[in-house]
Amino acid sequence: MTDKPLLRVRGLTKHFPVRQGLRATGLVRAVDGLDFDVRPGETLGLVGESGCGKTTTGRMLVRLLEPTSGSIEFDGRDITHAGRRELRPLRQELQIIFQDPYASLNPRHTVGRIVAMPLQVNGIKPPGGIKARVQELLELVGLNPEHYNRYPHEFSGGQRQRIGIARALALRPKLIVADEPVSALDVSIQAQVVNLLRDLQRELGLAFVFIAHDLAVVRHFCQRVAVMYLGRIVEIGDRADIYERPQHPYTRALLSAIPDVTQLGPAGRIRLTGDVPTPLDPPSGCRFRTRCWKAQDICATEEPALIPRDGGRQATACHFPEGEGAGTSPEGEAAGTSPEPVAAGSVAEATVSGVEPAGRGAEANVEEVSS
Amino acid sequence: MSLSPVEGVALAEIESGTDPGGPATKGVVGRSPGQLAWLRLRRDRTAMVSGVLLVFFLLLGLAAPLIEMVYGIGPREQFQNLLDGFGMPLGYAGGVSGEHWFGLEPGLGRDIFIRLIYGLRTSLFIAFAAALITATIGIVLGALAGYLGGWLDAVINWITDLTLAMPFLIIALALTPTITLRFYGERGQVSSAFGVGVLIAVFAIFGWTSTARLVRGQVIALREREFVEAARASGAGLGHMLFRQLLPNIWAPILVSFSLAVPQFITSEAALSFIGVGLSDETPSFGRMIYRSLDFLQTDPAYVFFPGIMIFALVFAFNLFGDALRDALDPKSSR
Repeated sequence: MTDKPLLRVRGLTKHFPVRQGLRATGLVRAVDGLDFDVRPGETLGLVGESGCGKTTTGRMLVRLLEPTSGSIEFDGRDITHAGRRELRPLRQELQIIFQDPYASLNPRHTVGRIVAMPLQVNGIKPPGGIKARVQELLELVGLNPEHYNRYPHEFSGGQRQRIGIARALALRPKLIVADEPVSALDVSIQAQVVNLLRDLQRELGLAFVFIAHDLAVVRHFCQRVAVMYLGRIVEIGDRADIYERPQHPYTRALLSAIPDVTQLGPAGRIRLTGDVPTPLDPPSGCRFRTRCWKAQDICATEEPALIPRDGGRQATACHFPEGEGAGTSPEGEAAGTSPEPVAAGSVAEATVSGVEPAGRGAEANVEEVSS
Repeated sequence: MSLSPVEGVALAEIESGTDPGGPATKGVVGRSPGQLAWLRLRRDRTAMVSGVLLVFFLLLGLAAPLIEMVYGIGPREQFQNLLDGFGMPLGYAGGVSGEHWFGLEPGLGRDIFIRLIYGLRTSLFIAFAAALITATIGIVLGALAGYLGGWLDAVINWITDLTLAMPFLIIALALTPTITLRFYGERGQVSSAFGVGVLIAVFAIFGWTSTARLVRGQVIALREREFVEAARASGAGLGHMLFRQLLPNIWAPILVSFSLAVPQFITSEAALSFIGVGLSDETPSFGRMIYRSLDFLQTDPAYVFFPGIMIFALVFAFNLFGDALRDALDPKSSR
């Protein structure tokens, strides 16, 4: 934790207006005031369930979406509202990998054209020619450079994702926003792609903002983790701290939802009841209070700030963080501290949303708290 | 690491992926979606028959002056000596003979075969020119409206609705003589090129809306795809987005709509010529011939037969080919 951050995000907010006819009738607060930093060569994992604003954040970082307010500083320059011309040099240092490898490659272009596209639109002529550079990139991501002239439909999902990675690497970026790069892939292929990303990070010194809902993959890949809930960061810290000493109740619930092959039955699972509140009208005070088993009056009136604890390495936005004694923790231990899961626990999302009312009677130890 | 059990598999897969490949895979060139569509088209018998017929018609139209030379009769030559006292051609079936393959026109005594060849040339030229112009206008306006959206989309949509609301036939009826009058006065000899130009212009003004709508819809569907965002994230400009990323993906529907627009323009040209606002009698055209032949429907049915069959075959071949093209380009859509 030495030098100044490569990416500095302060108060980043995106509100989508909801229109009925011509009148704006409401705001979807997709992302509501994010603060985080990414240092050079560091990997920040952004986790949370569906609809919590992870993808919106990623799109704003590469300026595919215009932020409503807040600031994004990249390498010391404010790029929050930079135009296309100003962004041009930055585009080369800030790239994105997409979630769906079937939608992110133009079906009418050969692999060579796809990977060469960033070079061509930026008018870059690498020494040795574009073709040589493209083949070098294909080799770098573990594809056969002979496949230069093939079309995307001739490749499998994992290979397509590698092509997407090669395209993102073409401009030699410093930071890559990876928007759920493996969630559309098979578990075995996920491992390959994540390992590829990790190798590339080590070789090229890349920084990543790694967006995922899969906690096992994030644990494998990210040095720091930020947990998002309903457009806000509820907890941010080093991987070990987040996974072993989660302080926010939501983080605990999320971690406990990782399937554990060493245990039979739903032991230790914290089952959240109810749905995520609508971002159209988020709850007052702490946004998690409607599903939190520790919620008290203060949670409804006062919004908890993201306060650094543990000597400043871990920050939690909670009035009653775990690990400070007061927590009336539910039964069992969170799976995060048990032996590491073998496969990536990709069902985390579904389980946390609490969509199984059938099994509630047996282990529903957490009832919805509404105030 | 937590994923270690799979790591070995992963490495093996990566290595096999990096394998430079034996001589069998050397120089493998992927087939583009366009090549695949071409292969499917080649296998479709309807497409092949109608395609060959179309090429034949195109060649006939292109080679009209050459055919005239070989045939030895011009489109404006009159053979009054082969007509009887009532102006009807002598002989059977409207005067079909070794000299005049399709017979003669009653009244003026012009050769029907060579007029059909020249009529084909006029019809195809007008239809292709009109289809090209309407496709270009439609693609540009539709792509801009679809990709940029916002007020531009609203304005272009509004113009499209306005154009669709205008009654084509009435405006064509009112406009064509007015323009001709404006340029040539009461008595001036109207050149055939001018008549053709006015027809193409009328088609262009009214014909672009369907292509624009089609392209706009397709572009809106593609706009949110991730490969478009990837290009945007790399800093691609408007031209690159429209012509490199989006257009190659919508060639298929554009091509189909083009191939179906051509026969539509052929029939429209014939219809306009039929009601007398199209081409002058000087210019050989299908519509004109059918219009004239109606007076002789009872006395000389062969006169209406040849142009009728010709226009039917041409339009039928175009429509069949258009349908086959759609099947080849989009094999997933059901018939």
